[in-house]
Amino acid sequence: MQRRDFLQLAAFGGGAVSIAGLAGCASLKGTPDEFYFVQLSDAHWGFQGAPNPDARGTLPKAVAAVNDLAEPPDFIVFTGDLTHTTDDPTERRRRMTEFKQVIAPLNGRTIHFMPGEHDAALDRGAAFKELFGDTYYRFDHKGVHFMALDNVSDRGTSLGPEQLEWMKAELAKLDPKAPLVVFTHRPLFPLVPKWDWHTRDGAQAIELLMAHENVTVFYGHIHQEHHFQTGHIEHHSARSLMFPLPAPGTAEKPLPIAWDPAAPYRGLGWRGVEVEGAKTSISEHPLNRAAEAKA
Amino acid sequence: MRRRTLLALAGVGAGLVLQRVAAQAAPREIEITAQRFHFTPNRIALKAGEPVLLKIRALDFAHGFYIPDIDRRMDLIPGRVVEFAFTPANPGTLHFLCDNFCGDGHEGMDGVFEVSA
Repeated sequence: MQRRDFLQLAAFGGGAVSIAGLAGCASLKGTPDEFYFVQLSDAHWGFQGAPNPDARGTLPKAVAAVNDLAEPPDFIVFTGDLTHTTDDPTERRRRMTEFKQVIAPLNGRTIHFMPGEHDAALDRGAAFKELFGDTYYRFDHKGVHFMALDNVSDRGTSLGPEQLEWMKAELAKLDPKAPLVVFTHRPLFPLVPKWDWHTRDGAQAIELLMAHENVTVFYGHIHQEHHFQTGHIEHHSARSLMFPLPAPGTAEKPLPIAWDPAAPYRGLGWRGVEVEGAKTSISEHPLNRAAEAKA
Repeated sequence: MRRRTLLALAGVGAGLVLQRVAAQAAPREIEITAQRFHFTPNRIALKAGEPVLLKIRALDFAHGFYIPDIDRRMDLIPGRVVEFAFTPANPGTLHFLCDNFCGDGHEGMDGVFEVSA
């Protein structure tokens, strides 16, 4: 099966498909450098509670589903909250180690890890760095620039002046017309400030990105698919692999949505992103595709 | 008029001024404690136009205190009282929350000012 077939099947099976940014990069259109990657987010390994009675079984389901893809993605990115927070540094490392074991079947593919505040805020990223590496970094893949940002290691949900300086220096090296994909855990824009769904200095990051013509941001944190635009920059959040959260601003608090025994895993899933020259196509992959198709 | 009388009147006048300044500068004080994962109290009645002085004390963590509706925030230091004076302008609800991630339960650490007319 070709990648295009896989994406069409994903769309037919109930996954919402949208066409995202990177428009206007005519130089890449039609080149052979098409590829796709997979975004997984908010696995919260270590969480226990009624919102997910299959807490230890959900991430393995996603791993199996990604491994079942007919054509493997070029890379996989985890956009934070790999583990659920704990005060105990030993337990934090145990959860991270176990997380790595659970996703071990994905080995053989390139995996980029990012922290969420549950992984990194209480120890300012110390355990994450030990087990996964840098909390922010940049890489290129087949003509597309990628930048992973850390807006969680600072407990105050800031990127901080040091990272902003790094970002500015890195962006200065890039062709402002080239496609740029940014990964973050939290939204860079003020989605729901009263729920703390923002980045305190996110406006500065967006201002730096504005000089680049083709920018798409993929993030996690809010445990649901959401699409937003600031200027010409598109922002797409991903589903969780533990529990969904209410739609932005629709509840008193951003607390987990109750598990529905009639539709287990509803709202959970992962996403494929195809970078195809001048555009990016998003395919959502619900863990319970049948239940969501019925709904 | 004798000088002593003038001084006395001046003293009375100054006293009135000082009293008025004191009245304006003495907002209602409201004590709030921040402790994982709640504020106490977390529903606070205010009146529009009434100046208040929040005296916020964190007991166990460097929590944040953020009022997004007026775009003001402060970091709390355990054991110290952080003061914040403000006057709600209009009736309605102002949310506040901890915006420094403080652990498992942080997402529910919030409260509201219920501002009446």
